[in-house]
Amino acid sequence: MIELDEIDRHILRALSMDAGQSAGALARDLGLSQPATWRRIKRLTDLGVIKSERLVLDLEKMGLGVTVFLGVKLATKGRISLEDFERAVTAIPEVQTVEHVLGMYDYRLRVVARDISDFERVLRRRIMTLPGAGDVEANVLLSEEKRQGPI
Amino acid sequence: MLDDLDRRILRHYQVDPAMAMTELADRAATTPAVASRRLARLRDNGVIKGREIIIDWQALGYEVEVSLRITLDKTQPRAFDEFIDAARLVREVIEIQTFLGRVDVRLSVIARDMGHYQTIYRNQILTLPHIAEIEALMHVARIKTAEGLPI
Repeated sequence: MIELDEIDRHILRALSMDAGQSAGALARDLGLSQPATWRRIKRLTDLGVIKSERLVLDLEKMGLGVTVFLGVKLATKGRISLEDFERAVTAIPEVQTVEHVLGMYDYRLRVVARDISDFERVLRRRIMTLPGAGDVEANVLLSEEKRQGPI
Repeated sequence: MLDDLDRRILRHYQVDPAMAMTELADRAATTPAVASRRLARLRDNGVIKGREIIIDWQALGYEVEVSLRITLDKTQPRAFDEFIDAARLVREVIEIQTFLGRVDVRLSVIARDMGHYQTIYRNQILTLPHIAEIEALMHVARIKTAEGLPI
């Protein structure tokens, strides 16, 4: 496990709010030199604490007005291969994330679509036809906020 | 609206937001000057909202992630607001989503281990206001993470 000091925490907090800011601006906030700040960021990246950087896009402005979370239960456990299901579901472009979970459902999917009728098309043609897909529950996302977490 | 060039640029840019402008331009089959002008416009229009880092909580010793699906007592007119305000104060909550469907709110909770999770669940989650029903999904694996939108 990786131990963080106060400066690391400050950097992670600042970058999780705005990853686009320059090392210079961040260095000024921290009262560190720019190379020192840059080395800190590089270390956190090398250690794998910072896994990646992601572009945040306005989905509505991109013409993707609907995000739906699907809980999927496999129909015939044991007789179908999880790999086949996972391979097929991963290949669907509208499916953004696939999580294998334990509980009421086996998989949790995040699906984006242009609108509700486009979502219906994805659901009927792509999701319902997946090998082994059984019960599906849909919840339409209304709002979402990422929290800083225990940094 | 976005034209084909905007889409091409975004498609490559979302894969790696740290990519150099010359390389991005190359991949989108345009010049660096045009690409940076387009990106500036996409930022001004709010299509690009910013960049965020993805923190690997496992690297920081958080081995457990649980999705809590919560139904609220909707006879309380301020149920949503009061619940969400209180949930924001729980440091281990890294995501809050609201839905239209069978589930009202979903919280992503991380913990160091099952014992830690149990403590958070009893002391900080079950004490949140207006919960009618709560259901947990335990994360086993991420099969696909938001690599990109179907642009």
